[in-house]
Amino acid sequence: MNYLWAFVVGGAICVVGQLLIDYTSLTPARILTGYVVMGVILSAAGVYKPLADFAGAGASVPLLGFGHLLAQGVRQAVDQCGLPGVFTGGLTAAAGGIAASLLFALLAALVGKSKDQN
Amino acid sequence: MKLNPKDYAHMVSRASPPSPVMRDCLWAFFVGGGICLLGEVLRRFFLAWYDPAMAGTLTSIALIGLSAVCTVPGWYQKLAAKAGAGTLVPITGFANSVVSPAMEFKAEGWVTGVGARIFGIAGPVIAYGTAASAVWGLLYWLVGKVG
Repeated sequence: MNYLWAFVVGGAICVVGQLLIDYTSLTPARILTGYVVMGVILSAAGVYKPLADFAGAGASVPLLGFGHLLAQGVRQAVDQCGLPGVFTGGLTAAAGGIAASLLFALLAALVGKSKDQN
Repeated sequence: MKLNPKDYAHMVSRASPPSPVMRDCLWAFFVGGGICLLGEVLRRFFLAWYDPAMAGTLTSIALIGLSAVCTVPGWYQKLAAKAGAGTLVPITGFANSVVSPAMEFKAEGWVTGVGARIFGIAGPVIAYGTAASAVWGLLYWLVGKVG
């Protein structure tokens, strides 16, 4: 059952993005940025955690989940160490994903060749 | 035969193929959902050894690695041409937006080319995500002080 909900919720979140692409002139960079900021807002409002508990990776894999991760990290860090947590919490929680992206990108640049996108 | 614009629009809608928006959305749903399903399989796998937070991080890292492997030969871009937001919105799309310029701008050098351009999309995402989370953290701290 959980696998089905991961598929359905994740797919639905992507459909929202597709509608934004088809009906607005938002560029991919703006959509991704918007998704992350929206994820922070939904997490702060307390809406995203129930969804993440319910849909698992269906909620955490889309970029909304990245925002949720930042918001949760800040909250935990503020609980633990007060005001400095505002600065340290978000990126600490997101460190794995960001570092992996950068490291794999550098490796890809090392082994890959740039080619025509068409 | 005389047609008013409304009748004509009706005839056109009957004669044209299913709307591209519908087709785009189906692609986005199945590919995006499929990537999340794969994420859930990986998450369950990691949960056997790690706590939920670390399992989530490892799932992201695994999907990012997979995305990088598919980006190098150009497969991810081929799928993205069909799947649109289905490949953009998941973390694999974020990874693709970092890996793709890394290869593309190699010719401009390792520092000003690769090093700078990998943040073309990731930069704004990280900057505004961090800013939003800091605003939320500050509010949460203030509420804790007052309440």
